[in-house]
Amino acid sequence: MFKKDISPGAKSKVKSSVQRTIRQKVLDTYPLLEPYIEDILPKKEQLDLVKLPDRVSLYVLNGTPLFFQHMDDALLPHLALVHRYPNAFSRLRIDRGAIRFVLSGATLMAPGLTSPGGRLPGDPADTEGRYGKEDLEPGTPVVIEAEGKDTACMVGVLKMGTGEMKKVKKGQACEAGHYLGDGLWTLAL
Amino acid sequence: MATESYPKTVIYCGVCTLPPEYCEFGGTTKKCEEWLEKNQSELHKKLYSQEALEQNLSSLSIEAQKRAEKDSQKKAAKAAAAEARDAETRASSKVLIKRIERNKRKYVTAVQGLEAFGLDIKKVAKDFGKKFATGSSVTKVPGGGDEITVQGDLSDDILEYIEDNYKDVPEDNIELVEDKKKKKAEQVG
Ligand SMILES: [Zn+2]
Repeated sequence: MFKKDISPGAKSKVKSSVQRTIRQKVLDTYPLLEPYIEDILPKKEQLDLVKLPDRVSLYVLNGTPLFFQHMDDALLPHLALVHRYPNAFSRLRIDRGAIRFVLSGATLMAPGLTSPGGRLPGDPADTEGRYGKEDLEPGTPVVIEAEGKDTACMVGVLKMGTGEMKKVKKGQACEAGHYLGDGLWTLAL
Repeated sequence: MATESYPKTVIYCGVCTLPPEYCEFGGTTKKCEEWLEKNQSELHKKLYSQEALEQNLSSLSIEAQKRAEKDSQKKAAKAAAAEARDAETRASSKVLIKRIERNKRKYVTAVQGLEAFGLDIKKVAKDFGKKFATGSSVTKVPGGGDEITVQGDLSDDILEYIEDNYKDVPEDNIELVEDKKKKKAEQVG
């Protein structure tokens, strides 16, 4: 979505009623954020909306980008937010070999997740349950972590359910929404 | 891991802006490592230890290693080429300080070409305004680039200021000129 460098468009204040709606939407999509929501989206502080190219809206609080949204699609977290609250999102892990493809903006393919270095929900090798137990449906927003790394490198929406991935082990797994080093990451606000 | 507290603080690379564990995938790995060693020596020890480097390699097949190696060489070459190009434009770029007569004994000073030296023109214009306590504005030049216009005859002062404050601009590249196109009007008047 942000393969090219972008520059921010018009910035406007979000009305408090809209701000409440956004807060609720965030909680509906990411229920695990509940304990931190007052820190992330304080009720009393002014949220700003920055327009980005291709009908993407970016929500910014005091200069810190929090969530972005293409038209009326799901609100997706900015990676800097993911890095602060990594456990509040559904996560998957790619193997080391897939990292450089993801960082160049390629669509994530299933083998990067199903190989031994990858992790999908319910993986027996995932003893701490970091990647969850329940399979995820297509259309679910996910955070992509990487083998041997602590921090996430991508945020996207699943094109294929994780159950399906385990079965077919090929095809497009996840649309590249936002990845480390892309236009959104390097955006100067 | 329930004992971890949030928000987590993530260190970002001062060179490529990614979390340092991802620096190896960019084109500036060498510079990134130097930065990390200087600024975050603990993390540097962890990420660039012999052990860590070996482990990075062992999780990839020989073939994938070769491809990744090639890929990173390409990226490094690209980054080096871009840097060389930058250096070249700098060496051949001229900064023009023009004294323009607006009315009899009233002058403005126009400065062109600073953007080629990686300077933020708007900020420079502000600095000029502050330093010389005068009006200072930025306009686009038809042929491309920006021009800073400062009220008053400040050619020599600006020359000195640039030499003292913007060390990236070589003295020899700065040229002082006088714009006399108003002369005709003067004669008539
Ligand atoms: Zn770096």
